[in-house]
Amino acid sequence: MARKSTSASGSASSGSESETRRTAGATGKVREETLGKIGSLGKAVAKTALAEDDPFVNVPMRTISNTSYNEKRRLLEMGDATLRRNLFNTAQARKFMQTLLLSKGCKDLLEAQKTLSLRGMYYKSLHTIAGTKEKTFEDQEESDTILEDIEVALTTLRENLNLFAKKRGTMVGNITVIDNGDTIDCRRMGTGGYAIPSICEPSVIQFGKCEAKFVLHVEKDTVWSRFNEDRFWEKHNCILTEGSGQPPRGVRRLLYRLNHELGLPNICLLDCDPWGHYIYSVIKQGSINLAFESQRMAIPDAKYLGIRSADYTRCELSDDVKIALNDRDTERAKQIAEYPWFAGKKHWQKEIALMLRNGFKMEVESLITKDISYVTEVYVPERLKAKDWID
Amino acid sequence: MASIAAGMDASPKTRSKPADGRRGATAEEMAQKQREISVSEFFAKNRHLLGFDNPRKALMTAVKEAVDNALDACEEAHILPDIRVELLQRSESRFKVTVRDNGPGIVRQQIENIFGRLLYGSKFHRLKMSRGQQGIGISAAGMYGLMTTGQPVLIISKTSKKKPAVEVLLKMDTSKNRADVVSETEHPEDDGLFPDGHGTQVSIEMEGRYQGGRQSVDEYLDQTAIANPHARITFVNPSNETIEFKRGTNEHPPEAKEILPHPKGIELGTLIQMVERTERTQIGSFLQEEFSRVSPSVAKEICERAGVTNRTWIKQVGHKESEAIYKAIQEVRIMAPPTDCLVPIGTKALLSGLLKGVRAEFFTACTRPADVYRGNPFLIEIGLAYGGELPKDELIRVIRYANRVPLLYQQSACASFKAVLETAWRNYGLSQSRASLPEGPLVVMVHMASVWVPFTSESKEAIADYDEIRKEMKLGLQEVGRKLGIYMRRKQRMRHEGERRSIFERYIGEIAQSTESITGTAAKKVYDSLMRVAKRKTEEADAVLDDEGRRVKDEDPLGKDDSVVIMESRIAAPPKEAGGDDEVPPAKGAKTQGSLFGEDDAPRSRRKRGSGN
Repeated sequence: MARKSTSASGSASSGSESETRRTAGATGKVREETLGKIGSLGKAVAKTALAEDDPFVNVPMRTISNTSYNEKRRLLEMGDATLRRNLFNTAQARKFMQTLLLSKGCKDLLEAQKTLSLRGMYYKSLHTIAGTKEKTFEDQEESDTILEDIEVALTTLRENLNLFAKKRGTMVGNITVIDNGDTIDCRRMGTGGYAIPSICEPSVIQFGKCEAKFVLHVEKDTVWSRFNEDRFWEKHNCILTEGSGQPPRGVRRLLYRLNHELGLPNICLLDCDPWGHYIYSVIKQGSINLAFESQRMAIPDAKYLGIRSADYTRCELSDDVKIALNDRDTERAKQIAEYPWFAGKKHWQKEIALMLRNGFKMEVESLITKDISYVTEVYVPERLKAKDWID
Repeated sequence: MASIAAGMDASPKTRSKPADGRRGATAEEMAQKQREISVSEFFAKNRHLLGFDNPRKALMTAVKEAVDNALDACEEAHILPDIRVELLQRSESRFKVTVRDNGPGIVRQQIENIFGRLLYGSKFHRLKMSRGQQGIGISAAGMYGLMTTGQPVLIISKTSKKKPAVEVLLKMDTSKNRADVVSETEHPEDDGLFPDGHGTQVSIEMEGRYQGGRQSVDEYLDQTAIANPHARITFVNPSNETIEFKRGTNEHPPEAKEILPHPKGIELGTLIQMVERTERTQIGSFLQEEFSRVSPSVAKEICERAGVTNRTWIKQVGHKESEAIYKAIQEVRIMAPPTDCLVPIGTKALLSGLLKGVRAEFFTACTRPADVYRGNPFLIEIGLAYGGELPKDELIRVIRYANRVPLLYQQSACASFKAVLETAWRNYGLSQSRASLPEGPLVVMVHMASVWVPFTSESKEAIADYDEIRKEMKLGLQEVGRKLGIYMRRKQRMRHEGERRSIFERYIGEIAQSTESITGTAAKKVYDSLMRVAKRKTEEADAVLDDEGRRVKDEDPLGKDDSVVIMESRIAAPPKEAGGDDEVPPAKGAKTQGSLFGEDDAPRSRRKRGSGN
């Protein structure tokens, strides 16, 4: 079997060990509720089976066609369309089996009051089906998808199923957090920063003292290190986060809570390419895949500071920073421009049109060609001062 | 008539000297060299025309000619044939071919004619379905033997229990187209060769090469046994092994009737010859008596159109009148010739022949109604064997017969082969690329029965491509093809059903256990219920719906069809699915090498011949 990343499973298991010292995962009412939902799913299957009929699970569809943009709330919402997953359908039989197997896994987890990483759950449910050479799962991806299905089918959250993802994302800044009882001063995190956990629910993380006035979210670790080294968060009194590309749920949940609970505006510094644009879109409106979680993750007021296509001329960058758009980039850019939540925004239409006209993309690091600290000392401060961002 | 004029441009030349003064042979000089060529001489030089192109083929052809004659003789005498073929290897490239039958024997006076003269026979001048047609075969084999080894042909014949066997050694004189008798003796001690009290044995010593496989003596006998299930054939090969093709049926094939030629089937030259030879005195009676399907009114109509009358004397019919009559025949509507002169092998015998010869799982056969080409009645029969131990990834095999004689050479020139190519086998579940044979474990047998089979050459290797013949062949192929198609669909459906059920069954165990652990409902109960649903669902999914969406109970009329035989035991296990159950035993290694016809437990046996023979 393909072991995707040994380091990932290693860190996940050690994490779960330390957490199990105190009771971990969902507690009290949430736990009871989730167990009840799993139970009724199982009962429905048992009832249908005993009636000698074709058992099924209804799974809400996580596709663009079943996602709509709520203009009033300015976020993505999942529609009502569901997919009926039947046992007696050759194309669905295996997935049906996996759905039940993982539901059982989550029930075990909740009963044991322990948490597992997605990878841990994959291993927990992985075995060879009796009498065959077929495994219950071919790889972790197969199990991750089914777990997302279970989440939406039970209208619950992964966190409530006592599951967490691989840790990704870092934070530093003028704030103190209490993580599972430990007080963490994010002003004293050295060069590494505070690793944002996968589960950032209030039950795990509470906020302490906070002087910061806003949150600057950057796309990736390398850029974040530049800002941290230059003590940007200190000079500009802010919180500095990064999400290793597309931010995982933990990071998004934390950003939401900083914005929602502490009222800190969110400003993003991302690459000037369709993928950077979509990261912004996900932070702001929510994602298509997890549209059901938008309301507890989306930050409709988030701003896009840069990099922008016009910066090539405005900052007098050299030709060397250009990265030609490939066919996939072009296609994706056009797709994004047509998303309803971008369609009505003049600035964004202009921005994407200019990028397509330019025919190249740029990374945040391209500013380093001006000067090592150009981005922290000139670019971002100037834009912040001028409120030069797009919404 | 048994001669061919030499010098193709034998027009008489009268000039004594060329006018342009060139030097060269004069007509007189040339005339000295111009003489008759005997047919035997002609064929001695053109032996490839008779199937003696190379040593291997020569050996097969010799066996074939002798066996064909034996079968014909037995059938005509209404005797169940018991034929023994023996190949004795004298040296590397020299064989003695001996074929013995239990036929009626040959009277002494005819022996040298039959075995010593080319184009001498009983079958050429009549229209009757038989294996031999021209009277060339066996004498040509004898001639080939004499030419390659110098040895005469040995014939032993016994015509009745009361008469002793006669042994004749014949040496053919090719220039005279007749045979010299080297020796002639009565041999009462040879009576043991003919337990039935009659029969013929011919031995020819010849150059040859014995090799099994395609187009071999073995293949010829194999296929002969399929088309002649009423015959018992014993074959002793050069390795001294005895192979026996047992009789599949004790029923005599009905005797073929002789018919008169049909007027539309003859050519002008033949008509002129018939006019010259007839004993009738008037045209009307000539037409009515010497042709089939000519009634008095038809005769009258022909005569009127030809500008003669019924009563015109034959003597007065010259070339011009013949031509007019010939033309009139083409214009007048004449009933098709009778077809009861044809003896099909019959669906039942075809199936029993295929069953004993081919290790397949599915068999079907059909006999088409008779039709007519060029005034000659004929009928087509098709047999088909599919699956079992036949090789899967090769092109299908076509075995061809004319009047029960297997045709082994020149497949692609044969009308039957073309008919197979033109049949859309994809409709019947086989893959077929453009202008080629389909692929798959299939043997198709095509038989043409006719009073006169139109061969493309004297060696009788391929059936000439007449539209009427090819059309009938295609209709027959379609008929058996449809049955194959039904079988293939049924097989596929069963496989799908099996696959589907196994997918569900694989997961039901997991589902039952998960359900038990979530809800506490006993896994066994859930499991049993779901298994019942699985069975029902797969049956529903695979049910065939008719045009109005109603379920068709059984699409499959194969069970009631007596032209179909299915050997359940030979149906190979379905191929294993990737990652599937390991407990399925691997399908038994199908024989794919060499002969298509499996050799173990086939209804023929091999044994070493006893030493004191």
